[in-house]
Amino acid sequence: MKPMLKYLLPLAGFLILVGFFAAGLRLDPREVPSPLIGKPTPAFRLPVLNEAGKTFSPEDMRGQVWLLNVWASWCGACREEHPLLMEMSRSGALPLVGLDYKDTDADGAGVLTQAGNPYKVVATDVDGRVGIDYGVYGVPETYVIDKAGIIRYKQIGPITEESLRDKIMPLVKGLQ
Amino acid sequence: MIKKIILVLLFLPLLAMAEAQPMGDDPAVEERLKALSTELRCLVCQNQTLADSSAPLAEDLRREIRELIAKGMSDKEITDYLVVRYGDFVRYRPPVKSQTLLLWVGPTILLLAGLGGLWWALRKRNALLPDENDNEEGEEA
Amino acid sequence: MIPELGHFALILALLLSVAQAGFALTGAAGGNSAFMTVGISAARGQFIFTGIAFLCLGYAFYANDFSVLYVASNSNSALPLQYRLSAVWGGHEGSMLLWTTTLALWTMAVTIFSRHLPEVFRARLIGTMGLISIGFLAFILFSSNPFDRLIPAALDGRDLNPLLQDPGMVYHPPVLYMGYVGFSVAFGFAIAALLGGELTQEWARWTRTWTTVAWMFLTVGIAFGSKWAYYELGWGGWWFWDAVENASFMPWLVGTALIHSLAVTEKRDAFKLWTVLLAILAFSLSLLGTFLVRSGVLTSVHAFATDPRRGLFILVFLGLVVGGALILFAIRAPRVGLGGKFGMVSRESFLLTNNVIMIAAAGVVMLGTLYPLFLDALGMGKISVGPPYFDTVFVPVMVPAIFLMGLAIFARWKNAELPALMLRLKWAFAISVVTALLLPFVMGKWTPLIALGLLMALWIVTTAMVNLSDRLKKREAGRLKSFIGLPRAYQGMIVAHLGVAVFIVGVTMVKGYEVEKDMRMSPGDTANVGGYDFHFDGIKEEPGPNYMAARGHFTITRNGSPVAVMEPEKRMYTVQSMPMTEAAISEGFTNDLYVSLGEPVGEQAWAVRIYIKPFVQWIWAGCMMMAAGGFLALLDPRYRRRNKKTMEEGAA
Repeated sequence: MKPMLKYLLPLAGFLILVGFFAAGLRLDPREVPSPLIGKPTPAFRLPVLNEAGKTFSPEDMRGQVWLLNVWASWCGACREEHPLLMEMSRSGALPLVGLDYKDTDADGAGVLTQAGNPYKVVATDVDGRVGIDYGVYGVPETYVIDKAGIIRYKQIGPITEESLRDKIMPLVKGLQ
Repeated sequence: MIKKIILVLLFLPLLAMAEAQPMGDDPAVEERLKALSTELRCLVCQNQTLADSSAPLAEDLRREIRELIAKGMSDKEITDYLVVRYGDFVRYRPPVKSQTLLLWVGPTILLLAGLGGLWWALRKRNALLPDENDNEEGEEA
Repeated sequence: MIPELGHFALILALLLSVAQAGFALTGAAGGNSAFMTVGISAARGQFIFTGIAFLCLGYAFYANDFSVLYVASNSNSALPLQYRLSAVWGGHEGSMLLWTTTLALWTMAVTIFSRHLPEVFRARLIGTMGLISIGFLAFILFSSNPFDRLIPAALDGRDLNPLLQDPGMVYHPPVLYMGYVGFSVAFGFAIAALLGGELTQEWARWTRTWTTVAWMFLTVGIAFGSKWAYYELGWGGWWFWDAVENASFMPWLVGTALIHSLAVTEKRDAFKLWTVLLAILAFSLSLLGTFLVRSGVLTSVHAFATDPRRGLFILVFLGLVVGGALILFAIRAPRVGLGGKFGMVSRESFLLTNNVIMIAAAGVVMLGTLYPLFLDALGMGKISVGPPYFDTVFVPVMVPAIFLMGLAIFARWKNAELPALMLRLKWAFAISVVTALLLPFVMGKWTPLIALGLLMALWIVTTAMVNLSDRLKKREAGRLKSFIGLPRAYQGMIVAHLGVAVFIVGVTMVKGYEVEKDMRMSPGDTANVGGYDFHFDGIKEEPGPNYMAARGHFTITRNGSPVAVMEPEKRMYTVQSMPMTEAAISEGFTNDLYVSLGEPVGEQAWAVRIYIKPFVQWIWAGCMMMAAGGFLALLDPRYRRRNKKTMEEGAA
């Protein structure tokens, strides 16, 4: 007996749902994408780590493509990406600026002495206010910023070989 | 008599000290903070409101909101401030935009479509079925 | 040794469930009695071996066997015994085993209490449940084995999450699962009816019993979960519209619709296809809930360690079971007749309108829960849908249903006269409106929502009282004796509906009148909240079995006379170094006092949160009344007409 089409409606609705669920399996519901992509870097002026009297502002980096890496001495995952940052710094591909987030100068400096300093300069965001302006919700997070000071990409979590190779470096090359 | 009154007056400040103080400094600000933060999502403990979360970022954001309230920003401005930085994800009450139109209108559509569909189905059904004459006494379900 | 036995028992259970489904279904298809009997026996065997596996896992926890990975991840030698045992279902693998054991339990119950069913139908029912068992047992064995070994064994376990170290953990999951999984029986009835083509009034009567029992468990299970959240989480919330809460609420809404729809099908042999579809839908939502919690597709407080690979397995299983059921539905549907005729305004149409509203409500909950996923999957951004959304949209959908409740209980079958109904109820309506409008002023605050909530509750009560008095008038004996003499199903309906009213009162009063104060308190301070004086006496250090606690001592008075002594704690659980607050609650009929310790601030002072929660206990009391109503309805002798002894036992 040929099924009347209307009785297939529940099945159709169900299959659409399954399609969404299958797509959902590949997504991460916890990840918060940044609304700042394509927008200018929020302005700030913060003290520089280990250089009394000096300050840093994103304006200082105008004309270059650069990376803003948010890290902290209390952040375990930051140690994971540290070797990659050191490599990037050695290769001279682009300047790295560190943002020491909710940390003390002593602890931050300690990590850099111990593990190496990949950064051209490190700004210290002791109370986390600049982090809020940048939509930081976990560390580490990294921003790729172009010559005009526009944020082009945000890496949530540690930089990995894949993300460096497939997303970050191609973008940087394209922007330079 | 006067001595007694003076004695009582001298001790009144002590009574005031024994009364507990609210956590926040300004009750009006705390009220607004509560109203705002119960509708915002903590980004770290993502299943709690900003009001309830004890995550460090939540504390920072609550402090931030207090400052914005003190600066005289309206509720909408404060919410927008956070949305600019963290996206719509931070709002537990979804904004009304083209992408969320279906979400907000959906419930009404579901209800009306359901009721309409039932009415139509009953009409069609009654047209198809032969008439019956008896009228039963209503019993329990 | 024991874990290996448990593992082996699971393998045997899987093989037996294959035999169960295989023999029962092919036997039914071919009319082969021998096969069908084998299928039923296999089902019983499957129950025994699943049970053995569950007991083995329980033993591993009891004996602190940290060579079992799952035990090491979820337990600890310092964990008190009752929590060691309830830790069995504290993680993904164990909770899947609980699910499967519950299914085996229901299967066993069905084999015992279904002897009066026609042989072929019974075989199809048990065979269908067997197919579900196969899926779950396979899932456990191939991707979520609780008996995996940890070599070398851990010296001690990682401990159960402190939030779960609570009596609520002992009751909530098992009772909830009895409800969720119980809908598989209704599902089985639906499939068996579609396969065999006998969608009769009798079928509706059988299905109704099993569905009501499952629904009762689900109602109580959800109530337990809500109450547990209330006193465990420390901020007095009892419903967050969290994805997993919604995942249990949707089957409940559909289950409620199903119970009412079965009433129509049983009485008038009508809307059979709709009822069958609801039975499929209710269980599908149970399976959906299982998927949502474990797949990582949604964030949730309850989400188990998420693994997309496991999620894929469950999704495929979900697709096969529900897809298969819906295909069968589409094929067999055109054959099923329309049934008895009834008017546009009649008891039947009221019941069906209830159905539509319940389903719409479930649809609303699903829309809100899944919308972030929809947008994300379509690349349209990431949003959050939380309590502000649900609170706004859910109530307007339910309000018509509540009003309908008042009318529907008076409506006659086949044809009801709407004007006569409205006339009969004009006083009930008037009293409800006037009281609802005035009462909030007496309580100190008037808002439209409070008035609406009170109106709905009062409407249910007044119409129920009118209906009750109408029915009692027809009997000669005294009032109480007459009530006891009324049909159980009717008593059940009245009690359950009154339970809804009690629930609404609880929700309305708590949301409308609750008071919350964040205070900084040093020993000797007094806070005045909601008319009560909370005197902070001091803090003491109290060691617990696996934690260290700072216990606060509060004396509460009202107008000088003592009301309560409350001792909230701030605990530090040693194994996971996890702090937790254990609120102190002084429960009352009209008010709960709720004190929870925050962080220490300064030398002696503490952050203290104090709540007054009016009528909050009515929320769960209402749920228990709903379940009690269901229980009463089950005891109705009409269900025992053909199968006296078995139904009696089934109702317990």
